[in-house]
Amino acid sequence: MTAPPAGPTPPPTRRQELSGWGHRPVSVATVVGPEGLDAAIHAAGDAGSPAARGVIARGSGRSYGDAAQRAGGVVVDMTSADRILLDPAAGVVDVGPGAQLADVVGSILPHGWGLAVTPGTRRVTVGGAIANDVHGKNHPADGSLGSWLDRVDLRVPSGETLRLDPGDEALAATLGGLGLTGVITGARLRLRRVESGWMLVDTVRTPDLDATLAALDEAVRTGRGRHHVAWLDLLGSGRGAGRGRGAARGVVTIADDAPVEAVPHGLDPLARLPEPRLTAPTWLPSGLLGRRRIAVANAAKWRRTPREERGRPVRLDGFTYPLDIVDEWSRAYGPRGMLQHQMAVPPGAEHVLRSTIARVVAGRLPVLLAVLKPLGDGRGLMSFPIRGWTLAMDLPAAADGLAEVLDDVDADVAAAGGRVYLAKDARLRPDLLPAMYPQLDAWRAIRDRLDPDHVLASDLAVRLGLLTNRNSGA
Amino acid sequence: MRDATGRGQTAVLLGGTSDIGLAVLRAIVSAHGGRVVLAARDTERASTIAATLPLPAEVVAWDAARPDDHEAVVAQCVEQLGDIDVVVVAAGVLADTGEVRAEPELAHTMAVANYAGVVSTLERLAGMMRRQGHGLIVVLSSVAGERVRASNYAYGASKAALDGYAQGLGDALIDDGVDVCVVRPGFVTSKMTEGREATPLSTTPDAVAVATRRAVAKGRRTVWVPGAFRWVMLAMRLLPRAVLRRLPI
Repeated sequence: MTAPPAGPTPPPTRRQELSGWGHRPVSVATVVGPEGLDAAIHAAGDAGSPAARGVIARGSGRSYGDAAQRAGGVVVDMTSADRILLDPAAGVVDVGPGAQLADVVGSILPHGWGLAVTPGTRRVTVGGAIANDVHGKNHPADGSLGSWLDRVDLRVPSGETLRLDPGDEALAATLGGLGLTGVITGARLRLRRVESGWMLVDTVRTPDLDATLAALDEAVRTGRGRHHVAWLDLLGSGRGAGRGRGAARGVVTIADDAPVEAVPHGLDPLARLPEPRLTAPTWLPSGLLGRRRIAVANAAKWRRTPREERGRPVRLDGFTYPLDIVDEWSRAYGPRGMLQHQMAVPPGAEHVLRSTIARVVAGRLPVLLAVLKPLGDGRGLMSFPIRGWTLAMDLPAAADGLAEVLDDVDADVAAAGGRVYLAKDARLRPDLLPAMYPQLDAWRAIRDRLDPDHVLASDLAVRLGLLTNRNSGA
Repeated sequence: MRDATGRGQTAVLLGGTSDIGLAVLRAIVSAHGGRVVLAARDTERASTIAATLPLPAEVVAWDAARPDDHEAVVAQCVEQLGDIDVVVVAAGVLADTGEVRAEPELAHTMAVANYAGVVSTLERLAGMMRRQGHGLIVVLSSVAGERVRASNYAYGASKAALDGYAQGLGDALIDDGVDVCVVRPGFVTSKMTEGREATPLSTTPDAVAVATRRAVAKGRRTVWVPGAFRWVMLAMRLLPRAVLRRLPI
């Protein structure tokens, strides 16, 4: 459910069913291109028009939930606004909001530049990346995308385009602001020098959660590696999963940029990353990714992983973007869709990680992918990262008992001073939002100044009560 | 707005005093921050029930037999809730053939309460949900509508009509972001069936609610409760009428 089909003369508007990466929830909106933005904002004052229900920008539709859709409203598809202009001497790139990070990387890598911060998929647009203040596996070292933004151009509903610098409160509200402060029309990103499109990767197997946390903590503290991530098996039937303290065996991965010498012989170190050759078809049924199959795959992965390994060269797409190997991979969950739950909890709240794992195991939820990363300090009023840990879990959206178990998990997270990542959210309890994001009121105040007539709204914003003075109707 | 597991935040229950309807409502509306409207003829009874619900519930007077009021009823629901995420249709009157013979007007009453009045209201609600661009309509049908039998033909016919309407409506709304889920329970031990003898494969309001919740999460458009009825009714549809007529059902 992503961008409209490309063509010589795309239709100016049409009603389209939209959803996020998890294909749930779904709503129907009128979709226009960037050239339709002005008309949409203008129509928002007309009570009978779809725009009165809300206008929101959309990129690649890679948010897992309903952040980039508006039921009965107008969605502005910004993917055609995809210019990329690199200044190779200064190490900055000017980009349109619709440019995918994949294309940005493709343009800059041959010149020896890289993105310091990139999320686990390169298919997100720059606009989407800013709206969610994305982070990667190197957050403690390099921060989130917001740390590398020199400038953002923001079109607000009054008609003005504001040029935002770091330090502007409007930028602090736009970073992680989920498209609700205005429509991003451009940005300037600061880049990092890279010698190659490769990383050197250390791997270690860990028997339980305690060992995983210890390994990650030690690596971050001692400055070993720049990227840190752990894959967790929450379906194992061995000694690990579900029993006692520190359940869940894992594989910890620590990586750093690879110097030119480390790149395998004969390969161009700055070669463009290949495009995926496989796209998951739309007709895959639900139930392919069952608990048992994934448990078997997890066990195979565990056995295949060396107990410990150091310095293996891995190309950027293999380390940073493993899921991009198959395009549209979330279709593998079938029409019933998937959801991802991602939390951040502060140091000292590791018990929430344990209790979450205990809850999902007790509820027999099929957690088909679980990933743990350390986080450093955050920025942006509604940005997700806070110093501590982040745990992300992928699940089929129709799993029995899912809603109730995750409601309980969210209560634990909020009580511990943590939060849920809104870029992934599709079912958070709205009553927990203020506790999870203490800067919510400050953010609302800035948003109300940027959008006083409440033109901008998304299904996620309405569902979670993010906006003031706006009921869910037109 | 509905979430990824199919739960809604706001809901209207047509037939606001129905045991099954209330059970389905509790299963489908999020316990945290959900709000509902009970649309009922017996507003006093509905208010008593509303006070016992774990989430805020308003009562709106709704009589299936007064179609001229239905536009205003829908407007009241929108005023209370804003967007309506879920509509649960649980209105119904049950009378078997013996009772209809004693009071012939009951056949017409059921046709209106179970079908015509519901249609009049649902058309307006469906139109509103199309403009909303999202929504779920849960229609409580019955196995009695699948193969209408002599023992309760007037009731069965009204449910058959409702079932057909709900399926057609679901197909008509397929591109509008609105889902329709038709639930077909067997005999449900509830207030409506009090004093009647349960048939085999009877079920309870809570079982219907659980089955509906699961179906909604999976995006299923028809649900049989208990599931075995799918095969039982298939067999009954294949039976020659002469045989069916003689069965003690």
